[in-house]
Amino acid sequence: MQGIVDQVIDRFGIPVAWSQLLYFVGAGLAIILPFIYVLVFAGVYILLERRIGGRMQSRIGPNRVGPQGVIQWVADALKVLTKEDLVPRSADGPLFRIGPLLAVVGVMLGVAVVPFGGPWIGADLDVGLLYLLSVTSLVVCGILMSGWASNSKWALFGGLRSTAQIVSYEIPHATSLLAVVLLTGTMSVQGIIGSQGWLPWDWLAMHSPFALAAFVIYFISSLAEGSRVPFDLPEAESELVAGYNTEYSGWRFLLFFLTELANVWVMSAIAVVGFLGGGNVPTLGLVDGMPWYATATPAVIASLPLASVGFWVLVVFSFASIMFKCWVVAVVISQVRWTMPRFRVDQMMLLCWKYLVPLSFAAILVLMVLMRFLPLADSARLAASFDGRGLVALLVRLATTALCALAVAWYVGRVAFTIRNARDELFVKFAL
Amino acid sequence: MLVPYAGVALMIAVAIALAAVFLLGSIYLGPRAPNPVKSEPWECGTVSVGSVRRRFSVRFYLIALLFVVFDVEIVFLFPWAVLARELGWAGFSAMAVFVAVLGLGLAYVWKRGALEWE
Repeated sequence: MQGIVDQVIDRFGIPVAWSQLLYFVGAGLAIILPFIYVLVFAGVYILLERRIGGRMQSRIGPNRVGPQGVIQWVADALKVLTKEDLVPRSADGPLFRIGPLLAVVGVMLGVAVVPFGGPWIGADLDVGLLYLLSVTSLVVCGILMSGWASNSKWALFGGLRSTAQIVSYEIPHATSLLAVVLLTGTMSVQGIIGSQGWLPWDWLAMHSPFALAAFVIYFISSLAEGSRVPFDLPEAESELVAGYNTEYSGWRFLLFFLTELANVWVMSAIAVVGFLGGGNVPTLGLVDGMPWYATATPAVIASLPLASVGFWVLVVFSFASIMFKCWVVAVVISQVRWTMPRFRVDQMMLLCWKYLVPLSFAAILVLMVLMRFLPLADSARLAASFDGRGLVALLVRLATTALCALAVAWYVGRVAFTIRNARDELFVKFAL
Repeated sequence: MLVPYAGVALMIAVAIALAAVFLLGSIYLGPRAPNPVKSEPWECGTVSVGSVRRRFSVRFYLIALLFVVFDVEIVFLFPWAVLARELGWAGFSAMAVFVAVLGLGLAYVWKRGALEWE
């Protein structure tokens, strides 16, 4: 982002005194656009999720507000705002009021390091992933605070359970992201994207079966981090009424909802950034001195002159690429929601501490050893010295990619089968 | 250099501003009709029995302790992971010992049954 502002300053000959101001304007735009995007994402995603849920459960889902129900989410948000904002008499007022705010600030701070393709990112921090892990912990504080401050038994139990779950899954979550840092040697989100290619076997998840394992662990544990089904124990309606947000109504409830949905965005974006190649696209011959099949990493795109066609084409292309991948991951999350039954508390804890934590550490250790012998995640070195080790590394990549391709083909086949065998009258033309 | 962090600070401001907008929205759109029954904590429709401020299962404390141990360790691992390539075998062996000690710790807690949740 800073590079682009520099280019604007150069081009229009803006005096130095103004340049700092311009940096802040640039940083402001870079933050506010993702913020607005996430608000819209939350709405569109919940609508999409309800429509998918409708289809998967042989019902129709919301389709009344606007064509195919596309503005249902606006109506829902407005409706929630027209509800009374209740604070129980026995609740701890300040904590009760701050709780949801803390949760939403935590997840929005995470949004700040989520890239939007090309050089566009809210804030490209050097410690990106570590920062992400630490600020999303604020959500736990918010949940625990509101659960405790509600002074209601359901809210307290929900808050405690939720906290236990989120902090437990934080370990495999962080460890699987550690695999990314280990392979790429950087914590900066754009740097991580830059060390991957646009071809599937250059994605980080495909570097070896162990990186793939790290990806699977990441996906499972981030489902739990975001309290998504099958880990939605904090909101187990049948046991806990609504968990930590039992006593909340009106806009404070909306904030919790927004937190959960923004979290879906953050987790799918980080899955894409860390493991699925981010917004990388081929340069298409638009960058001087690079063949068309070379990868247009964020750094490459940012180095292009702002006035060139190539810059804008690649930015749009890269944006489309990262959006597509993120929405695919988000839809998979939604399908998981409508497919899986909820775990029991002890099963959930068992899965985390007895399977995911040891497995994620094992994956890290094996990756550490493998990295000593094979040029993993080191495309430059792989291409420069294509010796025996390079060949082995390439074969490992291709094999992992083939494995993934098979898994994806099976998944697509299952979805197609289910759709084919669904009841015809419930088919919505132009299904959202 | 600090410009990215200005973005982060701005994000906090924007998120709080969003909450403020919601607050204003609910003040103007939402009704205000408090009554004693409405401001009771919800307990399946009956009057709340006893206090909520009571002891809860010790397992939550165990989980919290384990989390602190492992999370601090992961924070140590992150800077190492950035430099893993440059550090070579020396860095590898140091971290392998570190992770092994932690693995022993996990095995111990596992054996003592701290991970059971009944």
